[in-house]
Amino acid sequence: MSTLILNWSLVVAQVLLALAMACAAFRMIAGPRAQDRVLGLDTLYVNAMLLILTVGIRSGSTLYFEAALVIAVLGFIATAALAKFLMRGEVIE
Amino acid sequence: MTPEADLPAAAALLTALLVVFGAGITFIGSLGLLRLRSFFERVHAPTLGTTLGTACILLGSMIFFSALQTRPVTHEILIAVFVTVTTPVTLMLLVRATSFRYRAASDLRNSQQPASPGDSGANSSKAGRRLS
Repeated sequence: MSTLILNWSLVVAQVLLALAMACAAFRMIAGPRAQDRVLGLDTLYVNAMLLILTVGIRSGSTLYFEAALVIAVLGFIATAALAKFLMRGEVIE
Repeated sequence: MTPEADLPAAAALLTALLVVFGAGITFIGSLGLLRLRSFFERVHAPTLGTTLGTACILLGSMIFFSALQTRPVTHEILIAVFVTVTTPVTLMLLVRATSFRYRAASDLRNSQQPASPGDSGANSSKAGRRLS
């Protein structure tokens, strides 16, 4: 019984996170300015990391944890580099 | 697909509750990205997902794997610490870049308003519209 509840709640969580990713992707595609697109990309990275964590819980293997960690690191690097680009016009000067 | 068959019921229910709560909070935060008006309001919305949403899902994952392997599994703390440290840094960088862009655009508009319209004025007005 509790296993059934856990499975269904993981499905619900994955659907919610996919909808959240859709919101972030809409903001990234249709954002009126460049900073809105960068904010949408940052949110998309975080939501993808959480989605991979729920996939890892569902499959019961800790392999997905490393993927989530790599996505978190790449999201930080991407957003920091894009903010630097918006500020200065180039990333490395 | 059913590795959680021998999971204690309390751990399974707690994991289910935490994961659904965290995913719902993250969804509300991302919905704010759609509904709020200006950029400086919108930049607050996803932090709901990066703080409470991430904390709840990571706590659920820790409880699940600790119960599954019958030993404390705490490597999710790595992600929690990393996200907690980096989110304010990235969003402050982004907001500083945005306010710098707004200020540069308004400076450009103010500086070209009293000047007489010419070739360079037309050029910079185009640049100003692109920046603002």
